[in-house]
Amino acid sequence: MNPLDVVLWVVVPYVAMAVFVVGHYWRYRYDKFGWTTRSSQLYESRLLRWGSPLFHFGILAALGGHVVGLGIPTSWTEAAGIPEHAYHVVAVGLGAVAGIGTIAGLAILIYRRRTVGPVFSATTRNDKLMYVLLTTTILLGLSNTVLGNFVGEGVDYRHTVSPWFRGLFYFSPKPELMAEAGLGYQLHALSACALFAAWPFTRLVHVFSAPLGYFTRPYIVYRSRTPQLGSRATARGWDRVGSSRR
Amino acid sequence: MRLMAQMGMVMNLDKCIGCHTCSVTCKQAWTNRSGVEYVWFNNVETRPGQGYPRTYEDQERWKGGWVVGRGGRLQLRTGSRLRRLMTIFSNPVQPSMGDYYEPWTYDYDTLLNAPVQEHTPVARPESMITGKPMKVEWSANWDDDLGGAPELTQADPVLRKISAEVKEKFEQTYMFYLPRICEHCINPSCAASCPSGAIYKREEDGIVLVDQDRCRGWRMCVTGCPYKKIYFNHRTGKAEKCTFCFPRVEVGIPTVCSETCVGRLRCMGIVLYDADRVLEAGSTPDPQDLQDAQRSLILDPEDPEVIRAARRAGIAEDWIDAAQRSPIYALINRYQVALPLHPEYRTMPMVWYIPPLSPVVDALTETGHDGEEAGNLFGAIESLRIPVEYLAELFTAGDTDRVTRVLRKLGAMRSYMRDLNLGRPAQESIAEAVGMTGRDVEDMHRLLAIAKYEDRYVIPTAHSEHGPGGEEYASGCSLDYDGGPGMGGPDGGWGPFGETSGGTTPIAVENFHMLAQRQTTDTIAAPRDKSQRVNLLNWDGKGAPERLFPRRDGEARPTDEPTGGGTQPGEPGSLDHDPTSGDPEPRP
Repeated sequence: MNPLDVVLWVVVPYVAMAVFVVGHYWRYRYDKFGWTTRSSQLYESRLLRWGSPLFHFGILAALGGHVVGLGIPTSWTEAAGIPEHAYHVVAVGLGAVAGIGTIAGLAILIYRRRTVGPVFSATTRNDKLMYVLLTTTILLGLSNTVLGNFVGEGVDYRHTVSPWFRGLFYFSPKPELMAEAGLGYQLHALSACALFAAWPFTRLVHVFSAPLGYFTRPYIVYRSRTPQLGSRATARGWDRVGSSRR
Repeated sequence: MRLMAQMGMVMNLDKCIGCHTCSVTCKQAWTNRSGVEYVWFNNVETRPGQGYPRTYEDQERWKGGWVVGRGGRLQLRTGSRLRRLMTIFSNPVQPSMGDYYEPWTYDYDTLLNAPVQEHTPVARPESMITGKPMKVEWSANWDDDLGGAPELTQADPVLRKISAEVKEKFEQTYMFYLPRICEHCINPSCAASCPSGAIYKREEDGIVLVDQDRCRGWRMCVTGCPYKKIYFNHRTGKAEKCTFCFPRVEVGIPTVCSETCVGRLRCMGIVLYDADRVLEAGSTPDPQDLQDAQRSLILDPEDPEVIRAARRAGIAEDWIDAAQRSPIYALINRYQVALPLHPEYRTMPMVWYIPPLSPVVDALTETGHDGEEAGNLFGAIESLRIPVEYLAELFTAGDTDRVTRVLRKLGAMRSYMRDLNLGRPAQESIAEAVGMTGRDVEDMHRLLAIAKYEDRYVIPTAHSEHGPGGEEYASGCSLDYDGGPGMGGPDGGWGPFGETSGGTTPIAVENFHMLAQRQTTDTIAAPRDKSQRVNLLNWDGKGAPERLFPRRDGEARPTDEPTGGGTQPGEPGSLDHDPTSGDPEPRP
């Protein structure tokens, strides 16, 4: 086995995953105030009205596609009686639609960010880095789908990329599988690793704030102001009488 | 019965002169920061006028507040929870910067650094959003004092509701001011709209606040609030709103806007209400009955039943006492002269208003009648239907009778008190004509006209066992908070993702650093060549020591060698070369 393959397909993904997980934990502990979408709708909404839903719904569909494509082994779909060809047609079709929607939305959003003065001046260096990583990853992913299926012959990622990806999660990495996958898939995976490593430190953290709890909570939230008295936490050894020991 | 206490405010519009002191002091206290330049937690609108943001009262357009849906159920005007989440990526009805205004400053550098020139230099307006020169076309008070009327006033959504005949006459009649803060509603639609659950109502005093650590910037609250009193901080990406100055209220002092009101028109206090019946009251079918439904929620603090329930709910004795002495309970329920702003939004607002009467009296006096004679006054209120209709659209969902009833009470108070002031016998019949007693009228007069500080503000403190944590308390060190001293401030205090990251800094610490910075880093106070200048404090006035005047261009530089013969020992100019002479300039 080529040592480079081990670095690229074992070390790099695990490092990215570790940074992703620990980074989010750290950011949530340390920087709740900075955890926001930082919406720019106040500055401009005409372009945003098209770009943002296109991008977000597109990327959510793409996420679903990745969960199915990477997470479900071929043997399962075969057991369910879905022919390989049918699966492929559906995957490519939906993937292309989602990908094109995402790219179109992203293009509108980047155009907006560059040309609308207030939006541009609210863009930080962190945002720019995030845009580069995100756009690269999405473009590489879409090009794999388009080039692989409409132009050239498709690489069977369900027998290379997917088992490699799953292997990472049950701690039996198979770097040789990824080494066989095409260059397009390799680049997509690497840029995704970079994106995931940067994720916790960018505004992308808002993904983890998807407000699903809104469906179950009562409309009006009542809160007592007692849990923390004033602006500082109680000093150690000065807990109030009757407070729980946790 | 689930009894809760609620902080509230009543503003007596008769006394508002539109000076904007409340807005300015509030801004200085709360929104004098980057990202909230356009934010006015307190603003004063001229009515008729478009308000701030423009035409915010047009709920067909802005979709704020609650409506009674199918089956008489209360629902948000923006629809179901699912529908709101589906529009989370782009809120279809969020006001844009243009509906508020683009904040600006002026290019003062051009003025300060202009060379001698024939024409006076001009400081051009610059956008505080983009930093580029801009054309100023709108602001928070562009239509102040009917500026731009009648063209601009025609866009007033309240005016558009009332008849054409009234509209024509309106701008000849009068105008009045409407100061607005967050209503701290009993049934806040902003909180109901928040997907993250970051907006909450405090159990103790009903103040509605945004948890800055939980807000994710989904912006649904901006749409949900029909009063448009939730603002989006475009720098931090979080919602912000009027806090009812909770750090002050907790220690028993009124809000900044109340404290600085020169007209002394604001009253603050608490009421006790039945939280179990809020939904029922909010679902009242006829919007004109909503204010009575809300009045019925607010319980009589003298009723022994209510007092027992309050004790059961854990409300402290001093709070019950404050509820009994509450000026807002008196104005809302006892005298019934205060009216809620736009009850038809169904949020059960808790900042109420006493509608203005003065122009009626003035108009009467101008026609040669005795403006304060009870009969004349009552007649005039009936006939001056124009303002009553407008006021009704603001305060009673269009019911002119309820407004008239209040105006008659105010008129009765003036007539009744005039007799007393002129030493005539009191006419109990005047009070009776409006369903009050002379005693009530005198009490109301004391509260509204004399308006002593301790009568206007009855604010029970947060409990002493909570006290030392209160942010504005002087006891304890304000720097001693989580993270310790030196964590705040413009340089050391930011998280790794810029100024909006990291924990929140207590206001006292922010102020401390702001002052420290102003005192230490001003370049005018500490010029770079200070060490070479003549210290005038040590100069005895004899001769002209070197560097007393700035060098002319081309003049030979005197030697800077320390051993050079340029300065004679004992000459004052040499003093500032002496490292031991100290710095006579005061240092913070």
